Amino acid sequence: MKPTILAATTGRILRQLRHDRRTVALLVVVPTVLLTLVYYMYADQPAPPGQPAPFDRVALVMLGFFPFIIMFLVTSIAMLRERTSGTLERLLTTPLGKLDLLFGYGIAFGLAGVVQATVAAAAAYWLFGLTTAGAAGLVILIAAVNAVLAVALGLFCSAFARTEFQAVQFMPVVVAPQLLLCGLFVPRGQMAGWLQAVSDVLPLSYAVEALQEVGAHAEPTGLMWRDVTIVAGAALAALVLAAATLRRRSG
Amino acid sequence: MDDAIAVRDLVVDRGRRRVLDGIGCTVPRGAVTGLLGPSGSGKTTLMRAVVGVQTINSGTVTVLGRPAGTAELRHRVGYLTQAPSVYADLTVRENARYFATLQGRPAADADRAVTDVGLAAAAGQLVGTLSGGQRSRASLACALVGEPELIVLDEPTVGQDPVLRADLWARFHALAAAGTTLLVSSHVMDEAARCDRLLLIRQGRLIADDTPDAVRAATGVDDLEEAFLRLIRAGGTDPTTTGETA
Repeated sequence: MKPTILAATTGRILRQLRHDRRTVALLVVVPTVLLTLVYYMYADQPAPPGQPAPFDRVALVMLGFFPFIIMFLVTSIAMLRERTSGTLERLLTTPLGKLDLLFGYGIAFGLAGVVQATVAAAAAYWLFGLTTAGAAGLVILIAAVNAVLAVALGLFCSAFARTEFQAVQFMPVVVAPQLLLCGLFVPRGQMAGWLQAVSDVLPLSYAVEALQEVGAHAEPTGLMWRDVTIVAGAALAALVLAAATLRRRSG
Repeated sequence: MDDAIAVRDLVVDRGRRRVLDGIGCTVPRGAVTGLLGPSGSGKTTLMRAVVGVQTINSGTVTVLGRPAGTAELRHRVGYLTQAPSVYADLTVRENARYFATLQGRPAADADRAVTDVGLAAAAGQLVGTLSGGQRSRASLACALVGEPELIVLDEPTVGQDPVLRADLWARFHALAAAGTTLLVSSHVMDEAARCDRLLLIRQGRLIADDTPDAVRAATGVDDLEEAFLRLIRAGGTDPTTTGETA
């Protein structure tokens, strides 16, 4: 990995994003619109005894989930375009290292995820009165790690898609089970044993648990840091797998 | 080692199809070598083998004295893919500057490459909004930007108007005169006459490796298209064509 090449690649990906104003607008605005829906959905729902208000519980998980699903989609399409347009083949004939490219995507879309999560969190806290015992900064940190995880999974999955249609189909395959089993709909402890086992190997479960820790505790807990580490580790593992799918030589 | 490229007994299969079937040829330094052949003859595969992105079954490809694809060569070889491989959502200048940075070159080099391909006026335009010909010249600028010793160009003049095509060929020869080696593919035979040397391939086999004049002399016709037809017909029964490497 070379710092100048990594920086140039990150800058190039962000510049591409900047030229696509509609995508930027959607990235920034859509989570807030969806949070508005969630806010009014739960506006009249009473809080169960001893538990956070329903909006707080759902919105907190949503703040981590938006960057996850959006960055997964954006990255798998972007990387697929690199593969189909021939730019990837050309890049691999230059001094660019595979990790320069993969980390470039991780940093660029990770930053985009931070911006998205920050705007969404600002709306959640200030417009909709989200309350968490812990700091909002930790929520954004977890959202950022989630975004990087999504980028890494997107980079990896793009290797198995030949068309945009196929790439989009990986979204329900990779994202939906993680959302269903992350503990948002049914607490993980109340699921059947085999579902818990599946949930235990899905990284989003740990991101959601970390967010719930921030919601419930004023200070960052050991469990939260453990969970963040697991999500970051999963992101790193997915990046390594993605690197294995990038071959300089192909048939 | 005087040759820029030396290919020996190169065999490449793609899927179940044999695309290159024992190619052997050399490309001299500081000249424009044309790689001619019909669509599907294996030109792109041979070029991909030279730049080191093609998996090969057997044989060797030596580029600038090193095995093709060696990390060190990535600074010394420029490659233009057949489809314009530039970012449609970046401007021409941003594309050129990105590829310049990858080669460790300053932005000024990128701007010069953009001017060299006649896109100075469109430098600030998004590549996605360019015409097909402009887009492929943007891609060409990105291949030229590092001033590589060897430039591999896969059909660089497709879709260009005749004046621009002449300009581009003049530029290729200027580069060659300065010592750069160019390997340029085309399926248009009238471009063959513009090359210093010719490699003609058909169905994965090399059927000629010589200068345009020698090809004309060997076949007894002036028109290179006709000359190639004769070589192809002769190749069916008699494989002894000009300069084919054993």
